[in-house]
Amino acid sequence: MSGLTVFNQVAFSVLLVSSLLCLFRIARGPSAPDRAIAIDILGTLIVGFSCILAVWTGLEYYMNIAIAWALISFVGTLALAKYLEGRTYDA
Amino acid sequence: MLETISQWLIGIGLAFDLFGCVGLARLPDVYNRAQAATKCVTLGTCAILLGVALHGLGVGSAAMFVKAILCAGFILLTSPVGAHAICRGAYLSGVPLWEGSVEDAFSRRAEDIRSKQAKERTVHREEAETP
Repeated sequence: MSGLTVFNQVAFSVLLVSSLLCLFRIARGPSAPDRAIAIDILGTLIVGFSCILAVWTGLEYYMNIAIAWALISFVGTLALAKYLEGRTYDA
Repeated sequence: MLETISQWLIGIGLAFDLFGCVGLARLPDVYNRAQAATKCVTLGTCAILLGVALHGLGVGSAAMFVKAILCAGFILLTSPVGAHAICRGAYLSGVPLWEGSVEDAFSRRAEDIRSKQAKERTVHREEAETP
């Protein structure tokens, strides 16, 4: 096993732990905006996942996935925020 | 040399991501969680992307370099905007601050926005009722 493979495995594990913390906040979050923030952060982490995959496998098209995911995640976040703004707090 | 710098950048970015998510899980209210998570994860993911760009430069892949730089710029622009919009929506929908908070600078502006929204709503209702 080469050193680069170990580095990529460690990077993947760290990102996986971060995603588990985000999932904990999504499951536990007492209000809707908590969950919206956690979903936004999870989208940004997934961009990191695809970058590490692009380095690990040497395939360039994972960077296309990262760009598309960042774009769509931003639109989804703005839609969630617009929905939250016209709504009273009920949880 | 380029490979070493890229691995250091990726490692720093991973550390920032991890600490941002610890903040997201541990801090007491929405606004604290939002600022910790957004700042740390934006910077961390941008560092990872810069590391990947340097890796692409090192292996001679221009497409990877350009795409990583583009993606880093895009995340740097959009992630704070999204978090700001969600926090504004959270405040306007009435999520309370942590009881240990000492100042609420947005409260008067939020009252203005709420009264404006209520006025618009009544105008819409009158327009809907008149035939």
